Amino acid sequence: MLTRRIIPCLDVTGGRVVKGVQFLELRDAGDPVEIAEAYDCQGADELTFLDITASSDQRETMVDVVRRTAERVFMPLTVGGGIRVVEDIRRMLNAGADKVSINTAAVQRPEFVQEAAERFGSQCTVVAIDARQVPGEQRWEIYTHGGRNPTGIDVVEWAARMEGFGAGEILLTSMDRDGTKDGYDLALTRAVVDAVSIPVIASGGVGTLEHLYDGFAVAGASACLAASIFHFRQHTVSEAKAYLKGRDIPVRMVEP
Amino acid sequence: MIAIIDYGMGNLRSVQKGFERVGCQALVTSDPQRILEADHVVLPGVGAFRDCIRNLEQGDFVEPILKVIAEGRPFLGICLGLQLLFSESEEFGLHQGLGVIPGRVVRFPEGMTEAGQKLPVPHMGWNQISFQKPSPLFAGVTDNSNVYFVHSYYVKPDDPSVVAATSSYGLEFCAAIQRDNLVATQFHPEKSQAIGLQMLKNFAEMKD
Repeated sequence: MLTRRIIPCLDVTGGRVVKGVQFLELRDAGDPVEIAEAYDCQGADELTFLDITASSDQRETMVDVVRRTAERVFMPLTVGGGIRVVEDIRRMLNAGADKVSINTAAVQRPEFVQEAAERFGSQCTVVAIDARQVPGEQRWEIYTHGGRNPTGIDVVEWAARMEGFGAGEILLTSMDRDGTKDGYDLALTRAVVDAVSIPVIASGGVGTLEHLYDGFAVAGASACLAASIFHFRQHTVSEAKAYLKGRDIPVRMVEP
Repeated sequence: MIAIIDYGMGNLRSVQKGFERVGCQALVTSDPQRILEADHVVLPGVGAFRDCIRNLEQGDFVEPILKVIAEGRPFLGICLGLQLLFSESEEFGLHQGLGVIPGRVVRFPEGMTEAGQKLPVPHMGWNQISFQKPSPLFAGVTDNSNVYFVHSYYVKPDDPSVVAATSSYGLEFCAAIQRDNLVATQFHPEKSQAIGLQMLKNFAEMKD
């Protein structure tokens, strides 16, 4: 049986892992390669690096982080942030990434997702969506540029459209919940899971192990992404998996 | 020397680094001559079947691949590198493969469910493999170990005796094949942590 995945997410800027609240108030959480190795030992199923540096001159730093990580950690690596052209994807894959996540560039030019999927395969084309609930409605809107710009695009329709363009996976972040520790936006996640037939990664808001359980059991996510809960050593990945296993979620346990 | 065939498809660095991690030098090469000279050959691959076959043809890799397999040199296909060995694939229309293993590459059916939940395609993540016959690739690996998959198509060999391991996702499918010194996996050993590295080591230790 396919196991559900736990994916620690490392927000990287200037070669360091940081974590903010609702995309702001960044705190330093350490060296990305060291953190990646620690999660590897704990039995993480994949790792995601998000380059939250907006400036392209720091992009080489990210390539170097990916390269050094891929030399030491043998599990799937996803890299997102600033992926705008086919050459960006090629550079990340050559550095050792397995997947790239495309966010703002997909909204600006949806055909880019198609080009990426045709050139490198759907398996490495992740579409990342930053979603915010429309106040008072069961509807969510896409924001771009690290959550700064509203687009008016409906999240659920967009996810289905991206699947049609060849996206192999959706990384769905609730901006309302990001860093709040209030739990995933389960209604949002469920709505997207029901609208597509590709895997959906729930993201934004994990504060307890029960939130991970809800992401899988209530929202139907294929994978749960989390940052603070692991970075600040509230829980290890192994503890999270032992908890989920105890509640009958199929997870991959790693013997020490 | 282990030669990893570079035909412009996918993340070859991880395969190379995986071999290095278990103490084996591996060369990433786009030179067909180096493939003919290698002791062990690895055919990785991600992307679309059609593009991969076209790149293999354009790079003049087809003959060297068929030759080293026919000579019985240890050969490892990974993911699309497994599928390419088959007669034909249904991905984006019908396309001829290398024809080393008679059989077909087909897509997971639409609408598969398990315990009331729909099963997304691609099949992406860690799943268990069940050994179907002894294989040198699995030395030191426990049956039902978790390995990392990412694929929407799977192989259906005409001859079931080539199946070395199966896995289950809505249906039981072939996760690895072995015929003499030819081994190939649908999963990614280079992404399967310690278990995958053990398989890479096992492959490197296979003899002519």
